[in-house]
Amino acid sequence: MSVKPSPVTPPIELRIPASSEWVRVARLAAAGVASRLQFGIDDIEDIKLAVAEAINNAIQHAPVPDKSSTLASVTLTLTVEKEGLRISVTDEGRIAEEIPTHNSTPRHGEDDLPEGGLGLLLIRSLMDEVSHVSGAHSDTTVHMFKRLPRLRAESKAAAAGDISPAA
Amino acid sequence: MDLRWRIRATDNISVLEIGGEIDLHSAPDLRNELHRLTESKAPRLVVDLTEVTFIDSTGIGVLVGGLRRAREKGGSLAFCAAQPRVRRVFEITGLLRALPLHNTRDEAMRAVGETSASAANSQGNSDVS
Repeated sequence: MSVKPSPVTPPIELRIPASSEWVRVARLAAAGVASRLQFGIDDIEDIKLAVAEAINNAIQHAPVPDKSSTLASVTLTLTVEKEGLRISVTDEGRIAEEIPTHNSTPRHGEDDLPEGGLGLLLIRSLMDEVSHVSGAHSDTTVHMFKRLPRLRAESKAAAAGDISPAA
Repeated sequence: MDLRWRIRATDNISVLEIGGEIDLHSAPDLRNELHRLTESKAPRLVVDLTEVTFIDSTGIGVLVGGLRRAREKGGSLAFCAAQPRVRRVFEITGLLRALPLHNTRDEAMRAVGETSASAANSQGNSDVS
């Protein structure tokens, strides 16, 4: 098991309009970055879904602008680390006064699951580390981390007292 | 890649074949379509997810909503043939019990073809929150 030294990769950043038709672009970008690392297909799909859920939440909490102004943005940052991929999703937060957002009262209550809850549940199941940070301007960042499979297998093997790492 | 669907009517059962990605953007259209398909009394609907390549929590929410509505109308709804990727999302959300995924369309059609009484009895699943 040798660790090849490699140069530090600067973060990859994507800022998209806070509107649902753009989530797909962010999913694909995250999948693209993950596929450059040694993640398998399942891990890449996990990352794609976790990013989708985080961005969904960010969009649903973004302020809805009136016709003359620009859409808010959501920022996706992907940082390649030695142990895995660190991802953060930041939204621009809500303006202080009462304004309509995409997440206004659903009309068909029974058709909606508590989507924020379900989304967060998914993120916590798919990623190895998850945390939430509220910024100074009521913006929110969700931080996520996915460990590389080789390291996951090795840490499991070490825990089990096994010498040979799992494939 | 965009969400698309097709409806096949067989006997008393409608089969909704969905393809593409069900996400925050496309889920509302699907919700409207499921709403439309569960408008009649005792609707019997099979939702075939074979060609669905991506689903997130909004998609799952819409499917759950469709199921609830079908049952409220005294009908039944069953899902079938999801790719492992899609099945995994059902599993992680813990909804596989509430939203059984049949392996084949035939199985799903059989499940839906049972009397609506037994379909409604199959679990008190109305509270998926």
